[in-house]
Amino acid sequence: MSSVASSPARARRGPGARAWASVKHHALTVYALLAVGYLMLPIAVVILFSFNKPAGRFNYVWEEFTFDNWLNWNAVLGIQDAIVTSLEVGLFATLVATVLGTLIALAIVRHRFVGRGATNVLVFLPMSTPEIVLGASLLTLFLNTTAIFQLGFVTIFIAHVMFIVSFIVVTVKARLIGFDRHLEEAAMDLGANEWTTFRKVTLPLLAPAMVAAALLGFALSIDDFVITYFNAGPTQTFPVFVWGIARVSVPPQVNVVASAIFLVAIALALGNVLWEYRAAKRERRGVA
Amino acid sequence: MGGFFHRHRGATPYLLLAPGILWLAIFFLIPLGFLGYQSLQSGFFPDFQFTWEFSNFSNGIRDYREQLVRSFVYAGIATIACLVLAYPLVYWIAFRAGPWRNLFLLFIVAPFFVTYLVRTLAWLNILADQGPVVGLLRDLHVLDSDGRLLATTFAVISGITYNFFPFMALPLYVSLEQIDPRLLEAAKDLYASPTKAFLRVTLPLSAPGIVAGTLLTFIPATGDFINAALLGTPNQAMIGNVIQAKFLESLDYPGAASLSFVLMGLILVALLVYAKIVGSERLTG
Repeated sequence: MSSVASSPARARRGPGARAWASVKHHALTVYALLAVGYLMLPIAVVILFSFNKPAGRFNYVWEEFTFDNWLNWNAVLGIQDAIVTSLEVGLFATLVATVLGTLIALAIVRHRFVGRGATNVLVFLPMSTPEIVLGASLLTLFLNTTAIFQLGFVTIFIAHVMFIVSFIVVTVKARLIGFDRHLEEAAMDLGANEWTTFRKVTLPLLAPAMVAAALLGFALSIDDFVITYFNAGPTQTFPVFVWGIARVSVPPQVNVVASAIFLVAIALALGNVLWEYRAAKRERRGVA
Repeated sequence: MGGFFHRHRGATPYLLLAPGILWLAIFFLIPLGFLGYQSLQSGFFPDFQFTWEFSNFSNGIRDYREQLVRSFVYAGIATIACLVLAYPLVYWIAFRAGPWRNLFLLFIVAPFFVTYLVRTLAWLNILADQGPVVGLLRDLHVLDSDGRLLATTFAVISGITYNFFPFMALPLYVSLEQIDPRLLEAAKDLYASPTKAFLRVTLPLSAPGIVAGTLLTFIPATGDFINAALLGTPNQAMIGNVIQAKFLESLDYPGAASLSFVLMGLILVALLVYAKIVGSERLTG
């Protein structure tokens, strides 16, 4: 079928217009690749400079390739403790926030109750408040209750649970809304009580969403600087450590740790993309 | 256990909510109250008294008007830059990337996997005076022979744009991806030019994504202080830098607390103006 003959609108546009359309079509592809290049550039720089052997105190200019920074990643005073703290806070805060957030999501999606609207607002508010206000207000609480709270590991943990919970609720809620309730009803018909049904049916079905929410929460926790910085006191997480050392000079070991975190995260995400791709392929074949 | 759930059906949602909502109440709502209490105190560290010191607010606005205005101007420019840069990319992913969609979405979120501070520091390498970008621009006479990119307004706004780009791109993608391609075919069948089809069909249908992305980018960007601190000079200081320094360096808690409220109030005003422009039903979704 000739498009020129079948469509009067196109015939009027002529070959020049079509060439222009083709340029425009490819221009968009070229732009997309350039934009991805822009997004990847700083990441490439972080990884590249983890292999740099800086001449002076500053790791800004490329000098010489070396593996030393990766082999001696913990040679900088305080970096190892900071990473351990980041991982511990991330783990505990994510665990607690995932439980609290999943319970809230269950209540909001499964029940009609007085105060449901207010609950939604309370969950939404922390996500739409600038981090600096979240960090500052929590700090004033801790400063005015020094008899109970001393700034340190515990206050960082409290702050992280607070700002992660909302993201967990949103993630789990999205899954719960599209949930097939017939399986639970079947379990009840077969004599299971609510608790057993929850344990044996609801929880396993909800597990993937909880895992996804927990991964997001962990990523948010390990990357957070602003809220942590306000409430850390003398304790250092990895971002707080970077902030402190950035005023003096940033050693290449910082790039090593950031690169390592990036590579682990990207490996997990790529694995997930591949897994979904293959699952979709299998499904298509199953249908055919 | 089951009997318990059955007999107290009405209590179940409250039992589920209690732990999480208590956490948010104690560590989010009550702290906002403490912030308000602190913002009306007077005196010097560590002896503050609560004196209904409303002048903290007027003094804060008077002394830091420049930084307040700058925060909103920088955040506004960065938000527009994010929108202009992200829209074509996300459009391409939604309509042209085919099986590569998920891979390209991964490219968009990849910056999140590098610690915020470290990816901002990477721009120090890229924009450094001895770096290739400045060298090229000097050779092309875009910059003077001693011109710089670091420590400029351009560097700070670029940093904010880069760091908040995914917040704009992801909601945009969600709204573009939901558009039924048959609508575009229908527009074509009715002799709409590609430009007209875009303006009349695609753009209006992606409006919810534009609104969501704008909010997710603009609100956190107004409170940012990392980009101004690492890529700028005191001449680029935003209100976040002032609040941070007052809280953690000069220990002027009432001043910092009142400025935090001023920031929140101005964001609220900006939201109301924005709601007026785009229609309030779009804002609340």
